[in-house]
Amino acid sequence: MTVPRGEVFGFLGPNGAGKTTSVKLLLGLLKPTSGEAWLLGRPIGDLHTRRKIGYLPELFRYQGWLSAREVLALHCELAPLPRSSWKDEITSALETVGLTDRAGDRVSTFSKGMQQRLGLAAALLGEPELVFLDEPTSALDPVGRHDVREIIRGLASRGTAVFLNSHLLSEVEQVCDRVAVVDNGRVIASGTMDELLSGTAVKVRVTGLDGAGKGKLAAFGNIDDEGDHLTFTNLKPDRVPELVSTIVGLGGKVFEVSPRHQTLEDRFLQLLEEEEK
Amino acid sequence: MPPTLVIARLTVQETSRRRLILALIILTLIVVGFSAWGFHKITTVTNSAGNTLPPEQVALITSQLLIVVTFMYSGVLALSAAVVAGPLISSEVESGLLLSMLARPVRRSEVVIGKWLGLAVLVALYAAGSALFELAAVDWATGYLPPHPVQLVLYVGAEGLVLLSLGLVLSTRLSGITGGVIALVAWLMGWIGGVVGDVGAGLQNQAVENVGVISHLILPTDLLWRGAIYAMEPDAFLATLRAAGTVARANPFAAVDPPPLPFLGWVAVWFGLMLALSIWSFRTREI
Repeated sequence: MTVPRGEVFGFLGPNGAGKTTSVKLLLGLLKPTSGEAWLLGRPIGDLHTRRKIGYLPELFRYQGWLSAREVLALHCELAPLPRSSWKDEITSALETVGLTDRAGDRVSTFSKGMQQRLGLAAALLGEPELVFLDEPTSALDPVGRHDVREIIRGLASRGTAVFLNSHLLSEVEQVCDRVAVVDNGRVIASGTMDELLSGTAVKVRVTGLDGAGKGKLAAFGNIDDEGDHLTFTNLKPDRVPELVSTIVGLGGKVFEVSPRHQTLEDRFLQLLEEEEK
Repeated sequence: MPPTLVIARLTVQETSRRRLILALIILTLIVVGFSAWGFHKITTVTNSAGNTLPPEQVALITSQLLIVVTFMYSGVLALSAAVVAGPLISSEVESGLLLSMLARPVRRSEVVIGKWLGLAVLVALYAAGSALFELAAVDWATGYLPPHPVQLVLYVGAEGLVLLSLGLVLSTRLSGITGGVIALVAWLMGWIGGVVGDVGAGLQNQAVENVGVISHLILPTDLLWRGAIYAMEPDAFLATLRAAGTVARANPFAAVDPPPLPFLGWVAVWFGLMLALSIWSFRTREI
């Protein structure tokens, strides 16, 4: 699996799948028991590579007794960036995440969302070549989420690779070029959005079908049965007439047929379902 | 600035911003004020004949009281070092604070050494500062100064550093409260081990005396404390102790000899071992 420069890569999976562990392994915060990986052409754990990497952890917390500006100065020092660039870097990062007005306030007075913004600002310092964002919008309101999407797009446009861990599939769908789905520490699917979301879901409102009748529709793929509403999660549009005539043949009455493109959420659930079988 | 010094500076800055330094300064000044008043009273107190005490007796009483007051200071230092060092790393791992810092080009060894260095500076400053104020107060009140004030500061400071180093090792694996409590209990056990060794010396029982030797080797706080006592004892008092023979050794607030040189060498090795153990333990810990 490779993430090229300038790409926004989504890393998805259910709770406990190994997403955060993978990021920590890549950053050298955990030692792998086997396998190998490279970041920016160097083996993982290389100290020099970390100069070019930004990271927003899922469990974000910063020194509450420092101001936002001091936290960023600390990260500039540890990065390490030339001292002459600190002021501009900090001002720009604070502006990007919308914390300019609170730059001098102690972090302990910040809300969770503001601390996450601060973490994002720290990850943006020094124009990194690769940025890891682990659930970057978990504490943000809708405006904040929109801002983060814009920041991610901005990073990609200047050639930064973004590795995004997120549970919010609609967001991943909006910003990612490619995704990988991981479960139990194993990648179960990966590809571009177009490759992953090739199917179409078809929702049918139908009455008069009993359990046996619905069972006979299994030939049309996975069915999400919600009583009168049946959703065929991966059905090609050209099979819709055949589906309708089969339902009518089984004695069902069709009130509505609405094909829609498969969402990432549909595909994600489908993949996990297939994995469980 | 190298990451080690950045972390050290951050550690000092944190204790300062959290007002620990201010609290210690205020408490120390209060204790110095009270003790200055108390020591001054020794010069005005009268004996059964209604006379004030002769200078030799004032010096003797002052030297003994100073040992007890210093015991309190060394206790405060040991307690503070253990309590502050206990959560030094564990709390930052648990809260996730270290995650973003360790994703920078910073080695875990630099975090450990930096934190040790930062707290060591504070321990040294507290030992030197409190000794300066207290000895100045005693000198003003009674005209008495212990014979070896510099050694006194070094021994008390080293005792604080031992507790700091132990707390730091524990902090790499255990929660802050657990590590702090273990370090404190170890300090008290070390003191008791030293007293047991003294009893052995008094009874001339080698097996019991060895308990003290072993406890001094495992945790050298007690023998460093004995070094501090030795630095405070006037020659006349030492002569009396030596004349009393082995019985005089069975006293946790008296020292007939300074800590032997090989033991001081062991203390230096002990610090190195504790730091190496802390680094290894933190390096192999998952965060």
